[in-house]
Formats: sequence, structure tokens, C-alpha cells
Amino acid sequence: MSDEVTQALPAPIIRITRDPLDGEAIRALERAVTTDGAGGVVTFTGVVRDNARGKRVRALEYDAYPEMAESELARIADEVRSRWPESGVALVHRIGRLEIGECSVAVVVACPHRAEAFEACRYAIDTLKATVPIWKKELYEDGEEWVEG
Amino acid sequence: MQVRIRYFASLREAVGVSEETLDLPDGATVAQARALLAERRPALAALLPACAAAVDRAYAQVETPLREGAELAFIPPLGGG
Repeated sequence: MSDEVTQALPAPIIRITRDPLDGEAIRALERAVTTDGAGGVVTFTGVVRDNARGKRVRALEYDAYPEMAESELARIADEVRSRWPESGVALVHRIGRLEIGECSVAVVVACPHRAEAFEACRYAIDTLKATVPIWKKELYEDGEEWVEG
Repeated sequence: MQVRIRYFASLREAVGVSEETLDLPDGATVAQARALLAERRPALAALLPACAAAVDRAYAQVETPLREGAELAFIPPLGGG
């Protein structure tokens, strides 16, 4: 072993959870995937908005196919690791009922440099939205509706 | 042969259960299972055409043959993020 060997990359964090993704939980993810070799850490958080397509939204209800969602998240993490080899990755999605302002998804990518961290984080959230079996229902004052795409 | 069907989101609400077992002829494909379900459960007929399919927790083409004990799910348009 030479002196130049840096800290081993931590395994990706993949999780479908009912627990709140609050500031403390997100900070813990950032710490867990950031090694001494990381110079840029990009975190994307998706939060529940109070409106959609002109309608006032009261809350969201997320559902998932949990086993498949976790395997699709793991596939995205593997792709990120193969395209940006020295990256630490956390992909966590919350399910259940979420109120306005709560965080539904957190994507953290830690890389040696910021450009690749931004790029990898963008790739991960875009791919997550397109491939991971998770659904949301918008709850309005006067009804509810599953969002189709 | 028997196949386990799992329902999520709009499909689960339409059928009122989260899973069921479906009897199919040996070697039946995803498309055949989908046609049978649409016939048995009219509430699904309008929803299934917009759905992708997953066999054993991975996306699958409709021509995919099913095996005894397989897990089949139809995946409505996604809403994660």
C-alpha cells in the first residue's frame, strides 16, 4: 500500500423510506458519501409544492413498488459509479403522505470536482424520475388524483 | 401455471387489492396475462394500455413468456421525484 491510496469509496446508499427526509437526515447522507477525495458535493432535494397545473395542492401521497424501486435505484447508482468512477452516491425517496414543503427525494453525489458532481446529480434525478416505480397522488381540497407522468 | 400479480397506485385503487394469483396456460406471455386481467377486471381495462410491465421486479417486454411462480406487475405512468 502506498501513501497515495485514498479512502475507499463508500457503497451507494439506496433507500425507499417512510421516515422524514429533514435537514438532519440529508446532512447525514452527505456525510456518509463524502470521502476525503471529494471536492464537490451536489445535493438535489425535491420538495412538495402547493400547486400543480393550476390546481391548489394540499398534500401528496407517494406509493412505490418497493423491491423494484430499490433495485432500479441501485442500477442508477451503478451507472453513476461507472460514468463518474470516483463518486459517492445516495438516492433516497420517501413514500406515504407528505405535506407542503417536505422533502420527497434526496440525491447526493460527491465527486473529486464540482463539474462532474453537478452532471452526475442531474443524471441521477432525471433517470430516477423516468425509471423508478414510484407514483404520486395529489390531494386537493375537493378530491385527489394520481399524477400520470 | 400460477403467477403472482401485484398492484400499485391507481391500479391498486381500481381493483381494491394489492395482489392476487392468476391462473394462466403454461408459457403464457405478459400480453396474454394483461388481456386476461382486462377481461376479468373491467376497472383495469382503461388503465392497462398506459402501463409498462415488470416481471420479477424488472421491466419486461409484452412478448416475455411467464414462468410458474413469476411476479408480474403493471407499472402506471411514473410520478417519482
